[in-house]
Order: sequence, then C-alpha cells, then structure tokens
Amino acid sequence: MALIKAWKAFHNILPEFLVIIFLVGFVMAIADQETISKFIGADSGLFGVVLAAVIGSITLIPGFIVFPTAAMLLNGGAGYMQIGSFISTLMMVGVITLPVEIKYFGKKVTYLRNLTAFFFSFIVAGVLSWVMSTK
Amino acid sequence: MKNLLKKYRNFLFVLLGLLLLSVANRVLATKALDITLYSFKEMLFVIPPVFLLLGLLDVWVPKQTMTKYMGPGSGLKGILLSIFIGSAAAGPLYGAFPVAAVFMKKGVSFRNVLVFIGAWSTTKIPMFLFEVSSLSARFAVARLLVDIPGIILIATLLSRLISPAEVKKLYENAALVD
Repeated sequence: MALIKAWKAFHNILPEFLVIIFLVGFVMAIADQETISKFIGADSGLFGVVLAAVIGSITLIPGFIVFPTAAMLLNGGAGYMQIGSFISTLMMVGVITLPVEIKYFGKKVTYLRNLTAFFFSFIVAGVLSWVMSTK
Repeated sequence: MKNLLKKYRNFLFVLLGLLLLSVANRVLATKALDITLYSFKEMLFVIPPVFLLLGLLDVWVPKQTMTKYMGPGSGLKGILLSIFIGSAAAGPLYGAFPVAAVFMKKGVSFRNVLVFIGAWSTTKIPMFLFEVSSLSARFAVARLLVDIPGIILIATLLSRLISPAEVKKLYENAALVD
C-alpha cells in the first residue's frame, strides 16, 4: 500500500525530474569554475552579489557538491558576500524547478516564495560577509 | 500512449537539444551528459527513500495526529516540528513538494507547510556537517542562525498574503494528487 503510494507520487513528477537533471547537465557543462570566480570575485561588489544570486537561482547543483564547490570558489578569489548569496539562492530559489513547485503550490505562492527567498538571500549574504570579516 | 507522449513532451525536447548539441559541439555535449548521468545516479539514491517515507507517512500516520501537532493552532510546537522534519530529510528541494502535498492532505497548517519547505531547502542536518568541513563552523552556524528566523518570517508572510480561499483550493488540489 505504502509502496504503491510511493510509486504513484514518484511517477507523478518523473517527467519534470528528467527535464531538470538534463538542464542541470547543460548549465554545468557550460559554466566552468574559472569563469565563475572571475565574475563573482571579492572585488566584484554589488554586481557580483546580484550575479551570484541569479546564478544560484537558476542552477541546481547536487547537494554534496555545493559546499566543496563554494570552498573552491573562495580559494579561487570569490568573496564571502558573493558566495553567501550564491549558496542561499541555490538552496532556496529554484527557477528550473518552478513547474514542479507550481504543480503543488500554484502560481501565486510559488512566485512569491521564490521572490522573497531571492531578496532574503541578500540579507544572508550581508550577514555572512560581516561575520566572516570580523574573524 | 498519447497521454504519455504529452507528459514527456518537454523531456523529448531536451533530448533533441542534447542531440543537436552533440552535432555542434561534441565535447560540451559529452560533458553535459556526464553531469546528467551523475545527477541521475544521485537521484536514484536519494529519491526512493524520500518517496517510500512519504508513502509510509501517508498510510501510517493518522490525520488527527498530524493536525494536532502541526495543524492550525499548533503554535511554536508545530513550527519546531516542521523545521525538524524538514531539516532531517535528505534530497534536493523538488523532493520536498510531494511531501508537502501529503502534509496538506493530513491537515498541517499552511504556514507550517511553508516552514517545512524552507527548512528542507536550507537547514539540512546532513548538509550542515558538510558545510562545516568545507567552509568552517563559523560560516555554517552564522548561516543557520540567519536562516531559521528567515524561514519562519517568509512562511508567516506568505501565509498571510494568501487568502483562505486560495489556501483551500491548494489543499483540495493536494488531496487529488494521490
């Protein structure tokens, strides 16, 4: 009974899943680390923070890769504020997964949630940059 | 058959895109496919447990229990429970939506459903350890301390912005998703 329910729930979103993981493959293949570091370096300022937030919103990097990648980007010259907004939007905002979210939450909730999460990420970025600079 | 084709239409488009890319740029297409296969493997490991769990949740946990602990009027207890369940789960954000649907079906309040989604997205316990080891405890703890109030704030704000009628429609919709 539980198994059937599990399978049904899974099958319900399988097509969207497949589209998502293929799109992630595309995006990851195109954007390499050097390019990312260049654009969201510590001196890239507000532009870098916003850019990092947008990249984080669009991409969908598998969980266990995010933090090592972030550490690598920091070593490569990225700033804490930029990395903060990148990690935060990466986790909370999902442009690619919008269709799946809309299926369950409707358009209004989905757009509002992603939008507020996007702006909230700047607060997270600010706090992180402050915390890491007062070390 | 026609239905199935329609359901997978977007997927077929993406496949076609990959095919075109492989003609135009072999190296890039191979790289894209490699990463896709990697994500697919990750998905195969993470997703089945999540769905099994929600199947069990749906069948075993009675509605009254969920409503009592996480429904409207469950207060701080409901919020904390939502954060805990969301943080304990593994898997990417899109795995949380079907679970949220089951929550709605079981009478969990809309704010707590949103708290759960927020927690699932950012305050994962297994991920926290990963974050500490790669970015330092200072970074991870600071993020957690900003994120928890943020999640509750966003959930409260959203649940206020959505009218009861709209919430009711979403809950009816969730009941239809079996």
